[in-house]
Amino acid sequence: MSEILTVSGLDCFYGEVQVLHGLELALRRGEVLCLTGRNGAGKTTTLKAIMGLVRPRAGSIRMGGVELADLPAHEVPKQGIGYVPQGRRLFAEMTVRENLEIGLNTRKKGADTLESVLDLFPLLRERLKQQSGTLSGGEQQMLAMARALCLEPEILLLDEPTEGLMPSMIQKIRETVLALRRRGVSTILVEQRAEAVLALADRVTFVENGHCRETVGIAELKADPSALRRYVGIG
Amino acid sequence: MGFGPHLLLAVLEGLVTSAVLALTALGLSLVFGVMRVVNVAHGELFMLGAVLAWAVATAVGGSPALGFVAALVVAPLIVGAVAALAERLVLRRVDYDPEATIVATIGLLYILQQLALTFYGADARPVPPPFNIRLALPWFGYSAYKLSIVATSAVLLLLSWLVLTHTRAGLIMRATQYDRETAQAFGIPVGRVYAAVFAIGAMLAAIAAVLIVPISQAHYLMGQDPLLLSFAVVIIGGLGSLRGTVVAALLIGVSDGVISMFFSPTLAKLIATLAVAMVLVFRPQGLFGKAAR
Repeated sequence: MSEILTVSGLDCFYGEVQVLHGLELALRRGEVLCLTGRNGAGKTTTLKAIMGLVRPRAGSIRMGGVELADLPAHEVPKQGIGYVPQGRRLFAEMTVRENLEIGLNTRKKGADTLESVLDLFPLLRERLKQQSGTLSGGEQQMLAMARALCLEPEILLLDEPTEGLMPSMIQKIRETVLALRRRGVSTILVEQRAEAVLALADRVTFVENGHCRETVGIAELKADPSALRRYVGIG
Repeated sequence: MGFGPHLLLAVLEGLVTSAVLALTALGLSLVFGVMRVVNVAHGELFMLGAVLAWAVATAVGGSPALGFVAALVVAPLIVGAVAALAERLVLRRVDYDPEATIVATIGLLYILQQLALTFYGADARPVPPPFNIRLALPWFGYSAYKLSIVATSAVLLLLSWLVLTHTRAGLIMRATQYDRETAQAFGIPVGRVYAAVFAIGAMLAAIAAVLIVPISQAHYLMGQDPLLLSFAVVIIGGLGSLRGTVVAALLIGVSDGVISMFFSPTLAKLIATLAVAMVLVFRPQGLFGKAAR
C-alpha cells in the first residue's frame, strides 16, 4: 500500500520542554494505524502537530506533495484531514446542525455530504436543533466524528474516541471506524485500550517519550502481544 | 411640569443614553467575547469616531444632513481601518495575550488621545444634527433626532444579532469565540477573524459616537465616560452576551436618566458603580453571561 502521510524527524516543544524527539510515522492509504503508548508519551501532540496546532521546530509532515508543516493551521484541514480531538471539543453552545455546518464549511461541502454523514449517525438527525453541549457523552462523540466527516476527509485523526463512553457507544464508534476503512478513509487512531487496538488497527505504532519505538502489523501483535505490555503496560 | 411628564422626559433621555451605550458596549463585548482582549482603548476609538465626524461634516459642508450622512459612513470606516491596523501591528505581535493586550491597548489609548489633541485641538466642537424637528408630546416638545438615535441603534443591534446568529460570518465568529484551536482545525483563519472583529467592534463605537455628537460635542477627552460605562454594561450584562449588553445598557441608561432627573447625576453614577460591584461579587459572569468552565 502506498503512503498517504509521512512524518519524519519531528521535533515539537511546549515552551522549552521537548515532547517529540525526531518522531517518524507513516500512514498507508486506507489503513487504520493505531498510535498507542502511556500517558504523556506524545500521541496527542503528534496529532496536533499534523493539524498544525503545535508548530514543529524541526522535521517534515508530508501529505502527497504538500508539506503540511509549512501551512498555517487553518489550511491543514482543507487538504482533507478531519480531526476528532480528545475530549471532543464541540462548540458546546451551538446546535448540532451548526457544529456540522462548521465541518461542511471547511471544504465547502453541501447537503449531499451532510445527508451521507447523517446516514452514518441517524441519531444526530433527530437532534439537529439541540444544543450540542446538552447531548450525552456518546452522542457528543458521534457528533465530533460526524463534524470531522463533513470534510469528506481522506485522512481521519481520532484522539481517544472511546474514552469515558459506555460499552454500547464504544461498539458504535468501532463500527464507524471500520465502516470508514471500508470506504477507503485512512485513519490514525490514538488509543490505549488493548481490546480496541486489537479490534481496529491494521498496524500499531508504539510511542514512548516522544519517540516512535516500534511499528508492528496487527497479526504480528496478536501473535506476540508483549509490545503492549512493554509500552502501554497492558495485554 | 408634574411628576408624569418629568418621568417621561427622564425615560426618553435615558433611552437615548442606552441606545448609544448599547452600541458602544456591544463593540467592547464582541472584542472580548471573541478575542478575549480587554480593549482599554475602546473609548478612544469612540472619541476618534466623534472627532472624525466633525472633520468629515466640516469638510463636506453644505447641508447638515449631507455632512452628517457622510460622517456616518466615512468616520466608522476610518476608525475600523485604524483598529485593523492596530490589531495587525500590536495585538497580533503579542499573540493576544490577555495581560499584554491590556498594557498594549492602554498605550493605544494615549497614542489616539494625543494624536487627537495634536491634530484636532483641545476645543469641543459640535456637529449639526441632520434635521431639526420637534415632536409635540402632550406636555412638552421632544427632539425627533434623539428618537432617531434610539431607532437607529435598535436597528443596528437587531442587525448585529441577525449576523451573529443567522449568517456564516456569525457562525465563524462564534466558533472562534468558543474554541480558537478547534476553529483552526476546521479551516477558520482565526487571525483574520480577530482583525475583522476588532475592526467591527471599533466601528460600532464610532457609529455610536457619530450618532451622539450632534447632541453632545466632539472633544479629545470624551472617550473616558463611554469606556467606563461600557465596562459597567458588559460586566452587568455578561461579557460576550449581546442580550446581556442590551439589557444592561437599558438598565444603566434609563436609571441614569431617571436618577439624574429626580436626584443628581452623581448619585446615578454611584448607583451604576454599586451595581457593577454587586454583580462582580454575587454573579461574576454577569446577568446573562456563562460561568467560566
